[in-house]
Amino acid sequence: MNPHSLSIEGISVRYGGPDILHALDLNVPAGKTTVIVGANACGKSTLLRAMSRLVTPHHGQVLLDGKAIHRMASRELARTLGLLPQSPLAPEGITVADLVGRGRAPHQGMFSRWTREDDKAVEHALEVTGTTALAERAIDELSGGQRQRVWIAMALAQQTDILLLDEPITFLDIRHQIEVLDLLAELNHVQGTMVVMVLHDLNLAARYADNLVAMVDGRIHAAGSVEQVLTRETIRAVFGVDSRIVSDPISGRPLMLPIGRHNNMLREDDDPVQVRIELEGDLA
Amino acid sequence: MITLPASSFSNAEDRARRLRREAGITMILGALLLGVFGLTLMLGQSYTPPGEVLRVLLGEEVPGAAFTVGQLRLPRAAMSILAGMSFGLAGVAFQIMLRNPLASPDIIGISSGASAAAVFAIVVLSLSGTAVSVFAVMAGLGVAMTIYALAFRDGVVGTRLILIGIGVSAMLDSFIAYVLLQAPEWTLQEALRWLTGSVNSVRLDQAAALAGSLFVFGGLLLSRTRELEALRLGDDSAAALGVNVTWTRITVIVAAVGLIAMATAVTGPIAFVAFLAGPIAVRILGPRASLLIPSALVGALLVLASDYVGQFLLPSRYPVGVVTGALGAPYLIYLIVRANRTGRSL
Repeated sequence: MNPHSLSIEGISVRYGGPDILHALDLNVPAGKTTVIVGANACGKSTLLRAMSRLVTPHHGQVLLDGKAIHRMASRELARTLGLLPQSPLAPEGITVADLVGRGRAPHQGMFSRWTREDDKAVEHALEVTGTTALAERAIDELSGGQRQRVWIAMALAQQTDILLLDEPITFLDIRHQIEVLDLLAELNHVQGTMVVMVLHDLNLAARYADNLVAMVDGRIHAAGSVEQVLTRETIRAVFGVDSRIVSDPISGRPLMLPIGRHNNMLREDDDPVQVRIELEGDLA
Repeated sequence: MITLPASSFSNAEDRARRLRREAGITMILGALLLGVFGLTLMLGQSYTPPGEVLRVLLGEEVPGAAFTVGQLRLPRAAMSILAGMSFGLAGVAFQIMLRNPLASPDIIGISSGASAAAVFAIVVLSLSGTAVSVFAVMAGLGVAMTIYALAFRDGVVGTRLILIGIGVSAMLDSFIAYVLLQAPEWTLQEALRWLTGSVNSVRLDQAAALAGSLFVFGGLLLSRTRELEALRLGDDSAAALGVNVTWTRITVIVAAVGLIAMATAVTGPIAFVAFLAGPIAVRILGPRASLLIPSALVGALLVLASDYVGQFLLPSRYPVGVVTGALGAPYLIYLIVRANRTGRSL
């Protein structure tokens, strides 16, 4: 069981302009998978950046196990909390094993040598992400899905109990999206790694989240279980989109169906329950 | 289902292989440098046998050779190596830090700043020696801070900094030309030193000062090797790996500007050495590895070999900067054309 607690107390963040986050409070439940959703530019990434100390709030603080992360040593924090940024950069031509090995940086002191333990961590990260066979290949030769798994492997080699990921599946096709999310779920279930990620796809968020956080304009609009958060009202408040929520026949979790102006068979007064029954009938 | 062969990958072996290869190549570069150094001491207008060169190096009075080797060739070769190392180190440090091969100090105006300050100190203020170096270092830092401040808007983006630096560089170059025109007693050779760089008429005591700078600033830079390596993954990834990005930046800028300015105060801004050394080291070593030491060796080789070519292999004698300039310019054009197509970095 993961003992770490991560809580955010009234943080306000800005990049020289108006506040991006407004006195935001959030408790991230220990050992769970938390997914943050929201419209573009609502401050999701900024929240993740504040949680990993890439930006410093001008007000409030982020507490890791009760300690303010802005007062922790950089390396100490990096041994507990890992981050996969939205668009990480790889030096041209670098090999997979080399890149993954760089995840060991926070475990090495100024003069300490590379150890057997470092090798084990790298090999394990490669194995778990299914990238062992790619170990000696250059990063630029890999497909988008493979590359994303390698980046996750690097974050895993860091061996942190908390893993933050900013849109880890955005540029992947559906098969690789599922693959990456399954991998993160296994990490969470097997090793108890606390996962916090920003996702755009609400239905995949509903599938994989234990705890769902919906943001609007730099504030938390709703947070809690998927059933509590993924509602018609929340979707309208967060995205300004009308929708119906049905039960996902695969997972039993809520499934959000957006309603646009076109290709719409619903009448104004249709009962969402009725729609769900019809949909399930189609699947049967 | 197809059963895949059990993948056996040993990270320890893979790492050892990579490190061995890098160490091997770095040693070859070092040996090459030593060899070229020896050759430039032996060969010039006349030939001096290796035995005599060695005796001069050991401090013996050898008639004839004591002057050609001890007074002419040795200061020149030593200065070429030290300046080349300084330029190579500083250049690759900037290129790695800003993740762009165009971000080297000689492109973004830092060399020009140091050179302009040196010219101003010598011609207008009639200073010499250490005072000139101090001027050059201060001006180099001033230029670095200026372009950094001008490029700052919600953080520094490499491209903006490079474009501003190129503008600043052009301004400083015209300032150098202006000051040189005010000093008509200067020879063309001396003027060229401050425009493209030269190791003509350098003295051994200048080499000693530069060796000290290389030791202090180069050491500071080498102590940041790991942080620089992490920065190649992007500022966010580096920070996530526990690197203090701001502090690393400050240290690297101070060290690299110190190296560039101290060398420039003696030899002038030897064209494109800082710009070329890193990318050549990458081509030789592959992208892996700390590039600092190999780039220093490549920088030294570039200056040493180019100076020899400029002195003896061309129809007329040219300062080293003319030769390195001729090498660097096509590469600069190639990089800009390529960056236009792909937007890639070092």
